[in-house]
Amino acid sequence: MSTHDLIVPAAAATTRPWRERLGTMVPILVLAPSIAASFVYVFVFTLWTLYISLSNSSLLPTYGFVGLDNYASLWANRRWNIAYTNLFLFSGFYIVGSMAVGLLLAIAIDQRVRGEAVWRTIFLYPLAVSFIVTGTVWSWLYNPVDGIQAFVRGLGWTDFSFALTANRNTANYAVIITGIWQSSGFAMALFLAGLRSVDPDLVKAAQIDGASVFRTYRRVILPTIAPIFLAVAVIQIQFAIKTFDLVAALTRGGPGVSTTFPAIYVYDLMFQRGQIGEGAAAAMMMLAAVAVVLVPYSLWIVWRRRAEGRNG
Amino acid sequence: MSALMIRNLHKSYGSLEILSGINLEAKTGEFVALVGPSGCGKSTLLAMIAGLETVTSGEIWIGDRLVNSVQPKDRDIAMVFQSYALYPTMTVRQNITFGMESRGVPKAVQAEAVQRVAALLQIEQLLKRKPGQLSGGQRQRVAMGRALVRDPKLFLFDEPLSNLDAKLRVDMRTEIKKLHHRVGKTTVYVTHDQVEAMTLASRIAVMNQGSVQQFDTPKRIYDRPTNMFVAGFMGSPAMNFIPARLTGSTSISVRAADGSDASLALAAPMPAGAPKDVVLGIRPEHIYRFTTDLKSRKPAVASMQAPVELVEPTGAETLAVLRLGDLEITGRFEPDDAPVMGETITLGIDMSRACLFDPTTKALL
Repeated sequence: MSTHDLIVPAAAATTRPWRERLGTMVPILVLAPSIAASFVYVFVFTLWTLYISLSNSSLLPTYGFVGLDNYASLWANRRWNIAYTNLFLFSGFYIVGSMAVGLLLAIAIDQRVRGEAVWRTIFLYPLAVSFIVTGTVWSWLYNPVDGIQAFVRGLGWTDFSFALTANRNTANYAVIITGIWQSSGFAMALFLAGLRSVDPDLVKAAQIDGASVFRTYRRVILPTIAPIFLAVAVIQIQFAIKTFDLVAALTRGGPGVSTTFPAIYVYDLMFQRGQIGEGAAAAMMMLAAVAVVLVPYSLWIVWRRRAEGRNG
Repeated sequence: MSALMIRNLHKSYGSLEILSGINLEAKTGEFVALVGPSGCGKSTLLAMIAGLETVTSGEIWIGDRLVNSVQPKDRDIAMVFQSYALYPTMTVRQNITFGMESRGVPKAVQAEAVQRVAALLQIEQLLKRKPGQLSGGQRQRVAMGRALVRDPKLFLFDEPLSNLDAKLRVDMRTEIKKLHHRVGKTTVYVTHDQVEAMTLASRIAVMNQGSVQQFDTPKRIYDRPTNMFVAGFMGSPAMNFIPARLTGSTSISVRAADGSDASLALAAPMPAGAPKDVVLGIRPEHIYRFTTDLKSRKPAVASMQAPVELVEPTGAETLAVLRLGDLEITGRFEPDDAPVMGETITLGIDMSRACLFDPTTKALL
C-alpha cells in the first residue's frame, strides 16, 4: 500500500509539468493568429504606408525615395485643404451633436416612460441602416425637386426653401445633420446602459441631500458614467475620420468640392488618378488627425491613474 | 414629544398590499429598530419615512409636522444606505459637504461642520480620498458622517452593516451604539439581524408580512413575545415549540421520547377559557440538567426525561439536541456540565420563563 502511494506521485511528476505547460500555452496559441494578424495589418501596413508616402510611387508602389515631396504637393492642393478642414468641422459637430442628442434621448427614456422598448428601437434603428442607405435616402429628402422642399411647397407654402445640399455653404451641415441622425441612437443606447448601471441609492441620497434633478445629473450621475462618454467619443471619432460612404452617397463631395473628405480624397488619388504616393501621404495625415486627439488623451489617462495611485 | 409618529400607514402597489395599518412612534432621542425577514416591508416603511416612496394612506409625522407630501429634502432627515451610496466621483470631503452645498450653506460653515464630523468619526485623514480607495468600514464611517453633518431631526439607517464581514459588523455595531449615546439623535434602524436589533435598540418593532407584530422593548420582546412568529424570529438558537395539553389550570402534559406523557406544572394558573391544546414555548437557555440544587434556586423548575441525540460545542456554550415525543428540541448548557451524546438526562425546565401559545391563532396566552 505504502509503495503504491509512493509510485503514483512519481508517475504524476513526469506527466504533470507537460500538461501544465500545455495549459499555460493554450491561451497564447489561441490568441496568436489574431495578434499576428493585428500586428501585420496595423503596424506593418502603417509603416509600409509611411514608406510609400515618402516614395515616388504612382500607379504601382515603387521605392524611389523622394522625402516629403508628396506631402508638399498634397498641402499645396486647395481641395485637400478643404477636405482636411471639413474633417475637423464635421468631427467636432458630429461627435458633440450625436453625444448631446443621444444623452438627451437617454435621459428622457430613463424617466420610466411608457413603451420604453418601442422608443429604444425607434431611436436605435438608424444604426441598423448602412451609411450608403442613409446617405441615399437623405439625399432624396434634401433634393429640392422631390424632397422635403417639394413636399412642403405641395402643401401650399410655395416660398418654402430647403436645399442644404444644393448650396456649397450649407452642404457640410447637411452631412453633419445626417451623421447625427444616424449615430445618436447608438450613443443613446450606450448612455442608457450607463444610466441604468448607476446605483439607484445614489439618486435617493442626492434627493435627501436636497439636490435638484439637474444638479443630481450634473454632479452625481453623469460623472459616474464618465467612462461611457469616453467610449462613445472614441467610437464616433473613428467613424468620423473614416467618413466615406455617407458623403459618397449623400453629396458625392459636392457641390463642387465643398464636402470633400480626406477618405474620399485618398480614394480618388489612389484608385482614380494613380498617385499612390500622394494618396499614402494623405492617409498618413488622417492617421495624424486621429493621433492629435488620442495621444494626448491616453497620456492624460496614464497621468491621472498615476496621480490617483499616489493619493491612494 | 415624539420625534416620529406613524398612524395607520398603508402602502400598496396596485392590488398588492405591502404595508397594512402600521402604527409606530419614536420618542425624541430614542433608537427604534425595525426587524423582520426579507420582504416584510421594513425597507419600504423606511423609504416612506424618508419620502422616497409615496404614502397610499395613513399619516407620517416628523416632530409636529405632517410630512406625507413633503419632499425628502425638506423632511429634516438623514439616511445611511445599505450600499452606503457614496458619490463615487467625489472625495470624502465633497461627499460630506454635497448636501450643504446644495442648500447654499456658506463655505466657512461647511468647513467647520466637516471638521467637527470628521473628528467625531476619526476620518480626518481620509477627507481627500475617494470612496473607491476606502475599506468597507471606512466607507461606513463616511456614510454616517454624511448623515451626521446635516444635524437632522431623524436618522434613518437601512441595513447599514449587512455589507461588512462578521468581525467588522460587531465592531461597527458597538460604534453605532456609542455614537447614538454621544449625539442622542432619534434613530430608526432597519435590519434583518435580530442580534443587531436587540443590542442597539431601545424599542424594537418586529415586522412580518406588512404589519408590525410587536412593538416593545428588547427585553419584553424576548421574554414575552406576543405570538409564535416573534418568539421564533427573535433569539438564536430559536425558541422550542412543544405541542402540549392542558391537564388542569396549573399543569400541562407533553409527549416524552418513550411515548408516555410527562406532566409539567405551570408557574401561574391558566386563565379560564384557554384552549385545551396549547404550544409550550421554551428558550434553549431555560432548559437545564435537573438537580435538587437547581430546584431550590428556581422553584418553578419542572422535570422530565429526554435522550440526547446530538451535542454541538461552540466553546462558550454547548447546544444539545434532545428528543421529545417525535420532535427535537435544543437546550443550551454550560460546557463543563454538558450532556454527552446517547445519554438520557433529566431536564429541568424553568416554567416561570415559559410562554404558552394558542396553536390556532398563534397568539400568546
